[in-house]
Amino acid sequence: MSTRTRAPGAHDTMPKLLLRNAARFADKPAIREKDLGIWQSWTWAGVLEEVRGYAMGLAELGLRPGDKVAIVGDNRPRLYWTFVAAQSLGAIPVPVYQDSVAEEMVFVLQHADTRFAVVEDQEQVDKVLSLADQISSLAGVIYDDPRGLKDYTVDKLHALDDVIARGKAMRAEKPELEDEWRAQIDGGSGSDVSVMLYTSGTTGTPKGVVLTNDNVIIAAECGNRFDKLDENEEMIAYLPMAWVGDHIFSYAQSYVAGFCVSCPESPETIPVDRREIGPTYFFAPPRVFENALTQIMVRMEDSGPTKRRLFDFFMKHARKVGEKILIGDAGVSILDRLLYRVGDVLIYGPLRNEMGLTRLKVGYTAGEAIGPEIFQFYRALGLNLKQLYGQTEAGVYITMQPDGEIFPDTVGVAAPNVEVRIADGGEVLYRSPFTFAEYFKNPEATAETKDTEGWVKSGDAGFFDDRGHLKIIDRAKDVGKLRDGGLFAPKYIENKLKFYPNIKEVVALGDGRDFCSVMINIDLVAVGNWAERNNVSYASYQELAAHPDVYRMIEEHVAEVNRSLAAEPSVGAAQIKRFLILHKELDADDGELTRTQKVRRGFIADRYSPLVTALYDGSASCHITTEVTFEDGRRGTITGDVKIVDMAETDSVPLREAAE
Amino acid sequence: MNIQDTTPATAAEPGAVSSERLSSEDRPVILDVQNVSLSFGGVKAIRDVSFDIRQGEVRAIIGPNGAGKTSMLNVINGFYHPQEGTITWKGRERRQMRPHIAATQGIARTFQNVALFQGMSTLDNIMSGRSLKMKRNFLFQLMHYGPARDEEIAHRQHVEEIIDFLEIQSIRRTPVGRLPYGLKKRVELGRALAMEPELLLLDEPMAGMNLEEKEDMSRFIIDVNDQFGTTIALIEHDMGVVMDLSDRVVVLDHGELIADGTPSDVQSNQRVIDAYLGVAH
Repeated sequence: MSTRTRAPGAHDTMPKLLLRNAARFADKPAIREKDLGIWQSWTWAGVLEEVRGYAMGLAELGLRPGDKVAIVGDNRPRLYWTFVAAQSLGAIPVPVYQDSVAEEMVFVLQHADTRFAVVEDQEQVDKVLSLADQISSLAGVIYDDPRGLKDYTVDKLHALDDVIARGKAMRAEKPELEDEWRAQIDGGSGSDVSVMLYTSGTTGTPKGVVLTNDNVIIAAECGNRFDKLDENEEMIAYLPMAWVGDHIFSYAQSYVAGFCVSCPESPETIPVDRREIGPTYFFAPPRVFENALTQIMVRMEDSGPTKRRLFDFFMKHARKVGEKILIGDAGVSILDRLLYRVGDVLIYGPLRNEMGLTRLKVGYTAGEAIGPEIFQFYRALGLNLKQLYGQTEAGVYITMQPDGEIFPDTVGVAAPNVEVRIADGGEVLYRSPFTFAEYFKNPEATAETKDTEGWVKSGDAGFFDDRGHLKIIDRAKDVGKLRDGGLFAPKYIENKLKFYPNIKEVVALGDGRDFCSVMINIDLVAVGNWAERNNVSYASYQELAAHPDVYRMIEEHVAEVNRSLAAEPSVGAAQIKRFLILHKELDADDGELTRTQKVRRGFIADRYSPLVTALYDGSASCHITTEVTFEDGRRGTITGDVKIVDMAETDSVPLREAAE
Repeated sequence: MNIQDTTPATAAEPGAVSSERLSSEDRPVILDVQNVSLSFGGVKAIRDVSFDIRQGEVRAIIGPNGAGKTSMLNVINGFYHPQEGTITWKGRERRQMRPHIAATQGIARTFQNVALFQGMSTLDNIMSGRSLKMKRNFLFQLMHYGPARDEEIAHRQHVEEIIDFLEIQSIRRTPVGRLPYGLKKRVELGRALAMEPELLLLDEPMAGMNLEEKEDMSRFIIDVNDQFGTTIALIEHDMGVVMDLSDRVVVLDHGELIADGTPSDVQSNQRVIDAYLGVAH
């Protein structure tokens, strides 16, 4: 493993890479945007021209080395150019989540000492201007889309078009400016700060993660080499620009390899735009894959019997051999291969095309655990979907799945140049040349997270399985212990259950208790559909949730989860002994979920304390009254008896392995 | 509340808008309705109503059910011909006017119950709003050749700008019949805008919408008025919307004009209150 910590001499900053690409790939497209229904492209040479004008315009507005430039908006070519234009002047871009509320944004803009804010449209202009008097360092706001802004008369406000035009005019007047600009770029080095990315703040106030050029460029090279990406890739940039993944995938990797990035017309048109672009490299959080699969399944249900039978037949075959064919396993019979080819023409090919993934070379999912069923579905279709595990502090990559070693339940092995180990408490630690330099203006937090040897605490608990692959089980602070000392990782158990379509939410209890028990929320759509097909009649969510057949169905799921837990020594102690199905849907309006639909375990345990008591005192059912808030703000109560089911314990580990 | 206060919410943001919105009295009259009466057999739908619409303003027409609001719009765009009274459109008095002539003269409208081509895509529906502006020979259009093609490209560009304006890119190719109601209303607005009207008549643009859709639609109406300078006459039941959007309000009841003035004037008018809340006899 090489431990190079510096980017290669000549091209060790992003602006230098731009100059290189403009010479090497002059006529190749660098970035595209769909405007008025038509894809507009800029070549690398064209991008250089725009960025040069932009940088000169910014310099004229007063942007100086070391200044911070906030970038707020959807993925737009000119917002991406802001990164490199600012970097060419020695300034530091700070992308900000465009949907953050004003108070969150003001924290970031203040903390970063923002000098300029480059924003997408009127909405963001209004937001930033409303905060302007709280940000004393702010010297100007630049907007990309002029719609609705023509009547604004704030002297700090500039149109991005004007800034570029002014820069171009200045250069036409004084050609020597170009030499000065290039000299400034030459003066940059790999150890300079490249970008500051604020963590989303799910764990306290946002922290500004400082990444150097070396961090960003080496991480990008690493990713490119791992999946053999070159200048011919196509990708679509649609994830938030403030997220480290987008910064590395859509910006750094594109500049390092020279491939083209396409910006969708609007967030709603992504599926259509994806079909038109046909990305070869694609990244999406699990929910995107889940939604696509659900849509396919729903539409297949509505299709004619012939199509449905063909689909079922070939999907069954794909699940049998698709994965093996994908990884080049020689043990697949010729007959199976032939049948797979036929399926490819009839089913798999059209499906890939429908999703716009026909040309996919490699696709990634990360951020959350993905259901094994979903993961395998895509791989069976011949799509090389992989998981990775990463963090802002890591410059994205911590672990990746190498071709041929892909398991749905792990996040793979350490990425190239990365060392990973598990601390005594079970926390995952990593060290690499592209881990962050520091948290901006927060040396205590830096010291706490990154030790003197360069090991960074991930905050996640995990373990290596017997194949040497890392499994992430939960946030380290959420992992608890049963009274007998067995490891209890609530999210790990909850996720295993949530992979069943019938189960919507799960709350696992067990920290400091004798055993693990769960409270389950059924999925009304899936279970309702099942009830319709099986002539189970019900009048309300509550009635359906308490139906004996539903209980039986869920019990089977819980038993399966117990079996799979039993097969894993490190988490096997926390098998589910008792469960119940909640009488109402967990709802963000009642404070039971966060607005991003994550369960608030502590709050729920308090709110349903009679149920929690009943789970642990051995009673077979519990009477409970719960207050609910309706959508229009009125309140009411739900009363009912909730049944509690005891589970038989699944036996120890070795038996199960022998059986396989 | 005075007229300045009704400036669009976007303008009230910290962006501090320079140009103060003109008050309605300072604007030229674009449409003048004088003593109009309309009856269907024995039913008097409109009785001796007079009001005017001034250039660039947002004019609301309100009133309880059956007050004659939609009839009034139909009179303005020439669908109904009033038995009495005159209508002066841009300085020219007219008695009989047909809807397609009104359309060529710059009056476009949307309908209370969406009237789109359900089987056609959003794009085609909005394109159909350009048909009056297509000048080329039908044969050329059929062959999609020469000047007809150039013309179509120009029109398509305009339509794409409207699609961008109304933020409906994602449904460009979707048949309108498959769209939810709120979006259909937006497409209908798009088709009316495609005619580049001087006067836009909106018949309950927000009926049946939820709060979010109403806010979106309000924003589009403000933007249309603001960016294109289009004069807008709208019928609406949501009083909050009417009070926020409009410069002046006409109130009809049982076909009669019972009030005309700024939103605040109208709000405090006793006859209006009686018409809406009923009055003890």
